[in-house]
Amino acid sequence: MITRSAHEMSSAMVSGEITSQELTKKHLERISAVDKEVHAFLHVDTEGAMSQAKAVDDARARGEKLGPLAGVPLALKDVLVQKGIPTTCGSKILEGWRPPYDATVVTRLKNAGVVILGKTNMDEFAMGSSTENSAYGPTHNPWDLSRIPGGSGGGSSASLAAFQAPLAIGTDTGGSIRQPAAVTGTVGVKPTYGGVSRYGLVAFSSSLDQAGPCARTVLDAALLHGVIAGHDPKDATSIDSPVPQVVAAARSGDVKGMKIGVVKELNGDGYQAGVRSRFEESLEHLAKAGAEIVEVSCPNFEYALAAYYLIAPSECSSNLARFDAMRYGLRVGDSDGASAESVMNFTREVGFGREVKRRIILGTYALSSGYFDAYYGSAQKVRTLIMQDFTNAFTKADVLVSPTSPTTAFKIGEKANDPLAMYLNDIATIPVNMAGIGGMSVPNGLAPEDNLPVGFQIMAPAMQDQRMYSVGASLEASLLSQWGAPLLSKIPALAGSK
Amino acid sequence: MSLTYDDVIAKYEPVLGLEVHVELNTNSKMFCSCATVFGGEPNTQTCPVCLGMPGALPVVNEKAIESTILIGLALNCSIAPFSRFSRKNYFYPDMPKNFQISQYDEPICVNGYVDVEIETDEGQKTFRVEIERVHMEEDTGKSLHVGGATGRIHGADYSLLDYNRAGIPLVEIVTKIVPGTGRYAPEVAKAYVAELRDILRSLGVSDVRMEQGSLRCDANVSLRLIGATTLGTRSETKNVNSLRSVERAVRGEMIRHAERLNNGDRVVQETRHFQEDTGLTRSGRSKEQAEDYRYFPEPDLVPVAPDAAWIEKLRATLPEQPTLRRKRLQIEWAVPDKEMNAMINADALDIVEATVKLGADPTRARGWWLGEISRIANEKAVAVTELTITPNDVAQIVALVAQGELTDKLARQVVEGVIAGEGSPQQVIDARGLKVVSDESALMAAIERAIAAQPETAEKIRNGHIPAAGALIGAVMKDTKGQADAARVRELLLAHLGQPTT
Repeated sequence: MITRSAHEMSSAMVSGEITSQELTKKHLERISAVDKEVHAFLHVDTEGAMSQAKAVDDARARGEKLGPLAGVPLALKDVLVQKGIPTTCGSKILEGWRPPYDATVVTRLKNAGVVILGKTNMDEFAMGSSTENSAYGPTHNPWDLSRIPGGSGGGSSASLAAFQAPLAIGTDTGGSIRQPAAVTGTVGVKPTYGGVSRYGLVAFSSSLDQAGPCARTVLDAALLHGVIAGHDPKDATSIDSPVPQVVAAARSGDVKGMKIGVVKELNGDGYQAGVRSRFEESLEHLAKAGAEIVEVSCPNFEYALAAYYLIAPSECSSNLARFDAMRYGLRVGDSDGASAESVMNFTREVGFGREVKRRIILGTYALSSGYFDAYYGSAQKVRTLIMQDFTNAFTKADVLVSPTSPTTAFKIGEKANDPLAMYLNDIATIPVNMAGIGGMSVPNGLAPEDNLPVGFQIMAPAMQDQRMYSVGASLEASLLSQWGAPLLSKIPALAGSK
Repeated sequence: MSLTYDDVIAKYEPVLGLEVHVELNTNSKMFCSCATVFGGEPNTQTCPVCLGMPGALPVVNEKAIESTILIGLALNCSIAPFSRFSRKNYFYPDMPKNFQISQYDEPICVNGYVDVEIETDEGQKTFRVEIERVHMEEDTGKSLHVGGATGRIHGADYSLLDYNRAGIPLVEIVTKIVPGTGRYAPEVAKAYVAELRDILRSLGVSDVRMEQGSLRCDANVSLRLIGATTLGTRSETKNVNSLRSVERAVRGEMIRHAERLNNGDRVVQETRHFQEDTGLTRSGRSKEQAEDYRYFPEPDLVPVAPDAAWIEKLRATLPEQPTLRRKRLQIEWAVPDKEMNAMINADALDIVEATVKLGADPTRARGWWLGEISRIANEKAVAVTELTITPNDVAQIVALVAQGELTDKLARQVVEGVIAGEGSPQQVIDARGLKVVSDESALMAAIERAIAAQPETAEKIRNGHIPAAGALIGAVMKDTKGQADAARVRELLLAHLGQPTT
C-alpha cells in the first residue's frame, strides 16, 4: 500500500479497502522502521496525524463529501509553520519554538483532510543544495545512503523515495524543490511566484521563495497543487486570479502540437554525460508524443547564479535579523548584567550555522550604502534581463526544458567545503525563481554511469503552470511504458524495511 | 557668560528643519488587523504579524493609505502615482523584525507647503514652510528600561517591552530646510506644528495628542553667520512633546549652538533629547558616523499605485482649512486681531469653540479660558487643555453668572474649585457655600454697619462725592465674604444715602 500513489491511496479509501487511520499508521510504522537510516524527519507528530486521520474517517463514515486527497498522509518541510508543532527551519536558533499559528498552506491542507505526519529535514533556513547544512544532521538519499538527497528540501524528497509519505510540501528559492526531486527520482513543482501563499513560510528570500508540491507522480503533484494554491489576502504578493487547471492537464498529458524549447545555455559543459543522454532520450519521447522540439537561447542566464547570490543573501540578511533571542527560540549568554546586544550577538553566533552566516554577511555587505548600486542594484537589472530572456523564449515555445540538475546525487561531504561547487547545483533551476515563473522536475531515468536518478526540468510562463503538467504527464507515461514499472521500483531496499 | 537671545540673532541666522511623526487613528495597524487603542494592557494588541513571528507577512492597511493621501492633499503635495515601501534595517529590541517597514526613496506625497502666520514686531506675517515629503511607516514597540540612572537601555537592570504600539501606522512629514525666519524661528516652528496639528485634526486622521505621543516633533536646528550661504552643522532634538516645548527647544538649541560657535567649538551632529523640566537638551546618540540602514525595497509588499480618480475623490472630501476656519470664527465671534492671536497662541480655539457650542457667549467663554483658566494653567506650567476643567463646566459657569447666581468673583472661586478637582461647578458651589447674598435685609444690615464704621465717608457721599462709595462697597463685600453682588450693593448704598444710582 505505501508504494502506491496518493491518488491510488485515495481510491482505496473511497472503496473501503483501507481507512485513513490504517494508512496513516502504516506510514508512521515505515518512518519508525527506516528513518534511522534516512533521517528525513525532524519531528513526527504521531498523535496529531492519527487524530486528523480519525477525523477524515469519521467524516467519510458520515457520508460527507471529501476532497481528492482527504485522508492521505503528507510530510511538511520544516520551514512552514504549523500551530503547536515544533518548527526549526533546520536551525538551532529556533530550537524549541512552537508557532502560535498555521501557515496558509497548512490551513488548506487541514481543510482538505490531508494528514500531516510531521516536519522534514532541510538545509538551515533553506540555504543549501544537499541538506547537509541542517543543524540536526544530514538526510541520506534512499537510493544510496552515502549520498545527499538534494537540498534544501532533502527531507521532503527523501521521505517520498523512502515511502515514508506519498506526498510532501517543499519550498523552492533557487531549486530547493526541483533539485532534490531530480536526485531522488521524484516529482517536484515550483509553482508560479504568488500562486501559493507564502504566509507562514519562514522567509529566506521573500521575492524568490515559493512553496510547492512534491510527489511520486505528476498527477499526485497536480492534486496537491490544487489543494494548496490560490489567492490569500494575508500575502500581498499572492496572485488574485483562478488557479491554473493543473489536475486536468496532468490527467490528459497531451503535448500534441506543443512547442517545447530546449534552452541552449542549460546543457553541455558541466552537465554529467548520463544526465545529458537521459535528457536527449526524453526529448525523443516528447517528439514521438507529438510535440515540436525547438532550440531557444537565453543569453543572460549565465549571470543568473551571480545575481541570485546577491539578491537572495541580501533579502536573507534582513529576513533573518528577527532571530535575536528577544521573543522566541534560542537565547544564549543571558547571564547577570549581560546587555541585550551581547545576548543577540552570542545567540546569533551559536544559533546560526556557517552557510547562514556566510549569506547574512554577504547580503549585509551587498546592501551597504556605497555598494548597493553595484551589487543589489545590478543584480536586479540582471533579473530584469532574465525575465526578458524568458519572455523572448516563450514567443518561440510553449514551455522550456533542460536537465534539472547538472549531476546526479553526490557523496555526503563531497562539496561541503566548496560553496561555489555547491551553488552550481542550482545553475539550471535559479533562472525560474529569478523570473517568478513555474518550474517542474520529473524523473527521467537513471544515469548509466552511476545508476542514480536524473531529473527533467519543464518551465512555463507565469500562471501557465498547467503546461508543465501536460508535458510532465506525457513524459512520465512514455517512460513508464518504456520501463514497465515506475523508476522507484528500482530503488534498493532499506535495512529497516527487511 | 551665557548669551542672550538677542546676541544670538544679531550674529547668526537659524535654519530649521522639522520632522513630525503622526500616529494615524485607523482602527487597525499598518500591516495587520490588530487594534490600535491607546493604553491597553501591554502586549494584548499583538499578532504574529506585528510581533514579527517567523513566516508572518505584512499587508498594507488601505485606510492608512487613504489617510496619508488626505494629509498630502491638505499639505498641497503631489501624490505619487507609484510609491514603494522599503526596509530600514537596524537592531533594537522594540522592533520585532529588526527592520522597520518605511518609505524611503519613493514616498507617497512630495513637494507641498504650509503657510503659517505669526505676530511679529512689524505685525502679522506669513511664513511659508515647504514640505519635502510625507511618507508612511510602522511604529516600533515601546521599551521601559528599569533601573540605571538615565532611563536608557545602557545601564538599565532590565527592560520591559510592549508591542501594542508596534505596527501602528505612522506618517512622517518632513519639511525642506526653513531659512529666513530670523528671530522668529522658535515661533515659526511652534506655529508650523500647531498648524499641522490643526490640519490633521480637521482631517480626522489622527488624535494628534502630543502628550500621548500621537504627534511627535523632531526639531533640526543649525546656525550660520548672517549672510553665509552654506549650512551649519545641525542637531536633531527629539522628545519634544508639546507646542510650548517646540518653541523652547528651538530657542534653547539656538543659544547652545551660538555659545559653542562663539567659543570656537564645533557643533556636533547628533540626536539630542529635550528635557521638559529644564528646557535644555542633552546629548543622545551621535550621528557623526552615519548609520547604515541598508534600505532596500520591501519584497513582501507590492507598490502603492493609487489611481487618479480615487485621489480626486479624496480631494473633494477635504474639510475647511484651519486658516479659513479661524477667519470665519473671528468674524462670527467679533474678536479683535490681538485677542484672536492670543487665543491661537494659547491653543484655546477648539476649547472656546466647544464652549460656545454649548451655549456660552463667545466673549465670556474666551474671557474665562484666556483669563482665569490660562492664569492657573501658567502657574501649573501646563496647557489649558490639560486641566480638568471642561468646556461644559465653563459653559455652566457662564450661564450661572448670566442668571445672577454667581458674581464674577464667586465664579473665579468655582473655576478654581473645578480645577482643584472638587467636582462639577454645582458641586463646588454647594460644597463651598458660594451663593450670592440676595437677601436685601442682610445687605442693608451690612450697609448700616459700614456707614457706622466710616461716618465721614458716608457724609462725603451724602454731599454728592460719589467716588467715595467704593470704600463703603468694599467694606460691605468684605462683610459678606464676597458673596454679595457688588452692583446691587452700590445701588442700595447710593439710594440709602440719597444719591442717584445711575
